[in-house]
Amino acid sequence: MDTIMNAFPYLMEGLQVTLYIFAIAIVIGFLIGLVVALFRLAPLKILNWIAKIFVDAIRGTPFIVQLFFIYFGLNSLDFISLDNTTAGIVTVAINAGAYFSEIIRAGIQSIDKGQTEAARSLGLNSTQNMRYIILPQAFRRMLPTITNQAIISLKDTSLLSVIGVADLTQEGRIQASATFDAFNVYLILGIIYFVVIYLLSMLASFVERKFVLR
Amino acid sequence: MTMIRVENLKKSFGNLEVIKDMSTVVEEKEVICVIGPSGSGKSTFLRCLNRLEEITGGHVYIEGVDITDPKIDINKIRQDVGMVFQQFNLFPHKSVLENVILAPMKVKKSDRKASEAKAYELLDKVGLREKAKAYPGELSGGQKQRVAIARALAMDPKIMLFDEPTSALDPEMVGDVLDVMKQLAREGMTMVVVTHEMGFAAEMGDRVLFIDGGYIVEENVPKELFGNPQHERTKAFLSKVL
Repeated sequence: MDTIMNAFPYLMEGLQVTLYIFAIAIVIGFLIGLVVALFRLAPLKILNWIAKIFVDAIRGTPFIVQLFFIYFGLNSLDFISLDNTTAGIVTVAINAGAYFSEIIRAGIQSIDKGQTEAARSLGLNSTQNMRYIILPQAFRRMLPTITNQAIISLKDTSLLSVIGVADLTQEGRIQASATFDAFNVYLILGIIYFVVIYLLSMLASFVERKFVLR
Repeated sequence: MTMIRVENLKKSFGNLEVIKDMSTVVEEKEVICVIGPSGSGKSTFLRCLNRLEEITGGHVYIEGVDITDPKIDINKIRQDVGMVFQQFNLFPHKSVLENVILAPMKVKKSDRKASEAKAYELLDKVGLREKAKAYPGELSGGQKQRVAIARALAMDPKIMLFDEPTSALDPEMVGDVLDVMKQLAREGMTMVVVTHEMGFAAEMGDRVLFIDGGYIVEENVPKELFGNPQHERTKAFLSKVL
């Protein structure tokens, strides 16, 4: 019990780092996903290809390889210098972005084309149609899948401990070796992740209920 | 004044030529009803009038502007051409009121107060003021279609296009929608109506276009077209539907 009490403050510090990285990466990731989805659906072929290559490249490689490529690979270039937290955020954001883009694309395509026709017939241009008609409806449908991906990305942040980011997992590793009580420290570590993810999914279902399509 | 001029309109989907050659003119305040068998191209014809379908060949002029010209701002033209769809296409995430005020606010940049005042006036006209705060999912088909008409009218269009507006409705709902359309016609709205309601075409149409096989086969005042059809195909079609 003592070891837990001693380790707990460090784990909370690690949790702060994890949540900080997650919050920034998920927002950037979502914006990447939105842009890539719109590229994917754009009338211009070249944009479709860029989007497709990006998504395929990310989906076809392991997260840890992407992380190493960005942190070690890019950093070996003279003109790039990323600290490990930044590299971690970038990797999580890009990785989530690829998956988000597919979710968003499917969501947009699931909206009946009569909606676009009605909007365009009223004089809305294609941007206004996306913004006021298609995306609001698509997001409601996407919310459960978006939540799912956000949870996966949150768990992916634990891999940043490998490049030395002082996140929750990294703090756990340090405390486990410092206290010689790996069982209890990793148990607590797991419980903290579980509680955070549980709260996240509760928040998501609250939002879902609030925006349910009438 | 000529509101719509269609010259040698052609429309293909891939190799399928849906509209082969159509020409006609719609004058101000005219009510044109378009009839014909399904698959004849009548809905496609209507959808070419506001370029919801890209036009393959020929010209369509709306108030003198050639909308096949890629340089024109089609969104500007569409503000003057309201459209009502068979499947209503109301925005399900927005209330009835929001459906009606959306385009005036976002496209015409009218302020909310003026847009709402106008919306209530239009909802009164279609008999649905009390449904302003309801969502489309809470309305019957007939009510949805009347909201869709109000939504189109909120842009003060000079022309209204109706694409089989009563075909998806339960029979007891059809009358309410047709009444709204009749009122609109009497007020002098220029209307092009693709319809299977021969009664409406006969009563309200200034002219009826019979479309078949990608052509306007026959075009006449309803009394003549229904009473004294000239073409075999018109006769055959009318014998089935009347």
